Amino acid sequence: MSAIAPERTGVTTGRTEVTTDRTAVTTDRTEVTMQAIEESQSVRLAPNYWPFVVPALVVVSAVIVFPWAFTLWMSVNRWTLGQSRSFAGMENYLRLASDPRFWESLVHTLTYTSLSVAAPMFLGTVAALIFDARFPLRGLLRGVFVMPMMATPVAVALVWTMMFHPQLGVLNYLLSLVGIPAQEWIFNANTVIPSLVAVETWQWTPLVMLIVLGGLASVPREPFESAEIDGANAWQQFRYLTLPMIAPFLMIALIIRTIDALKSFDIIYAMTQGGPGTASETINIYLYNTAFSYYDIGYGSAMAVVFFIVIVALSFILLMLRQRSQWNDAEGK
Amino acid sequence: MSSRLLNQIGLFFAALVIVSPAILFFLWMISLSLKFEIDNGAYPPILIPERFAWSNYVKVFEENNFLLYLWNSVLVTGTATLLALLIGVPAGYGIARLKAERSAVVIMIARMTPGLSYLIPLFLLFQWIGILGTLWPQIIIHLVVTVPIVVWVMIGYFETTPMELEEAANIDGASSWQVFRLVALPIAKPGIVVAFILSVIFSWNNFVFGVVLASRETRTLPVAVYNMLSYEQVSWGPLAAAALVVTLPVLVLTMFAQKQIVAGLTAGAVKGG
Repeated sequence: MSAIAPERTGVTTGRTEVTTDRTAVTTDRTEVTMQAIEESQSVRLAPNYWPFVVPALVVVSAVIVFPWAFTLWMSVNRWTLGQSRSFAGMENYLRLASDPRFWESLVHTLTYTSLSVAAPMFLGTVAALIFDARFPLRGLLRGVFVMPMMATPVAVALVWTMMFHPQLGVLNYLLSLVGIPAQEWIFNANTVIPSLVAVETWQWTPLVMLIVLGGLASVPREPFESAEIDGANAWQQFRYLTLPMIAPFLMIALIIRTIDALKSFDIIYAMTQGGPGTASETINIYLYNTAFSYYDIGYGSAMAVVFFIVIVALSFILLMLRQRSQWNDAEGK
Repeated sequence: MSSRLLNQIGLFFAALVIVSPAILFFLWMISLSLKFEIDNGAYPPILIPERFAWSNYVKVFEENNFLLYLWNSVLVTGTATLLALLIGVPAGYGIARLKAERSAVVIMIARMTPGLSYLIPLFLLFQWIGILGTLWPQIIIHLVVTVPIVVWVMIGYFETTPMELEEAANIDGASSWQVFRLVALPIAKPGIVVAFILSVIFSWNNFVFGVVLASRETRTLPVAVYNMLSYEQVSWGPLAAAALVVTLPVLVLTMFAQKQIVAGLTAGAVKGG
């Protein structure tokens, strides 16, 4: 039924068009009617896709958008779990601005992030250049290389904790083989962040590798052939051909890595809980302690809002840089 | 010819060097899990012990309720993934066909948001509804991870599937739902597999939600293994065995579905939590 009805309208539309545009009809009557039918069909053919989206819209609103709004509202309230709530205005935010522990955690976060972005970016690019070539057992080795990224972070953290053990850990033994004195790794305030970064690098270098490898696969062969004829060496080819061509992919990897490093929780919490003392307490860990150890959810929410703004701002800056580099490229050509 | 061979050997060793941290780590993990306390405390460390301590694995399951926690993990990950596929696959289809890719910005922002900022409000909500202490809070909050992954992967997938067949079915009088179920869905199977695998992995690995929401009876495996570390007297063998048990399903999945994982991650570059 419904399949027939729209076709009928198609015919009538055709007829109206015939009457309104007589000259067109006389010149080519069939074409006009065909066109009219097609037009009306394209109206009929526009299926309704909204019902497909609605369930997801409801769920996303409930578990993602509602928490955003609720967090914003909680952040302007004085509210410790188990006690009464009262409106606080900007009090939590002002408290945050004068909280030395928060500023310290911000510094830890930025240190941790810049190191956990730089190291995987460098190593991941090198790995991608290696895996882009052909050699024996390439598939198998790449498979093993990707495994750390998929392994459960808590399980990984646990084994690293044993490896970092100052007396019984295997890492200090390996250092002793090459004559380097034993380190205290995550148990010393001065080395805890670099040690955690080593774990984060170990785990997330593969993601950078995969993204860059995808970029290398899209690089055309011809420019390299002519460069070779022109006598460019391997480094020059990489610097002036490969690098600019994979730059967009490096940028994507950079943005993703920055977001993930800022948000890093599992590894830090499982290995040090922010310690020793507060030496490795990032914003995320301080936020956790505030909300779920001290149950100060008003203050914790304000921290979550500021933390979210930091993440979005940094991602946005990187996106802008990306756009500008593309623009410059376009202008250069 | 020989210089090409030399080149290949060089590349092989370079690859070996860059993969060695991964190889050594997992070897050491297996070694720790199969050694008795005496061997784990030995100096210099022993890689392959004379006697294998299979009892470590028995201990994990006997003493720590691990079967219950394994079951919890299966329930949480399974339900959260199935629900995500149920609502996320049609949503990906709808968004791709509506050409409403801009709505995916919500998913990007969701990805930027730290998991903890979902936990505070949803924790209060669950407390208020009175479902804390069951598995439901974890299942629901895992949707924060699984739904964006599925929607993101499926948008990308449906954008590349050809429209012609769907249009033909439409002309034949099929309803939108019929077109989706009988034409679009069968073609999208590989995409659904990718979404399923990534969703399972990131839900299975999730720790932060469980550490807040799980009670003694509702722990998932990552929380259970963390609790072994903090509350029991540390004995390395069983601890490493537990860690291996937790991550083994994911590693096996990674080995068998490498192609799909790589495709999904490089297309959307999604990561949950």
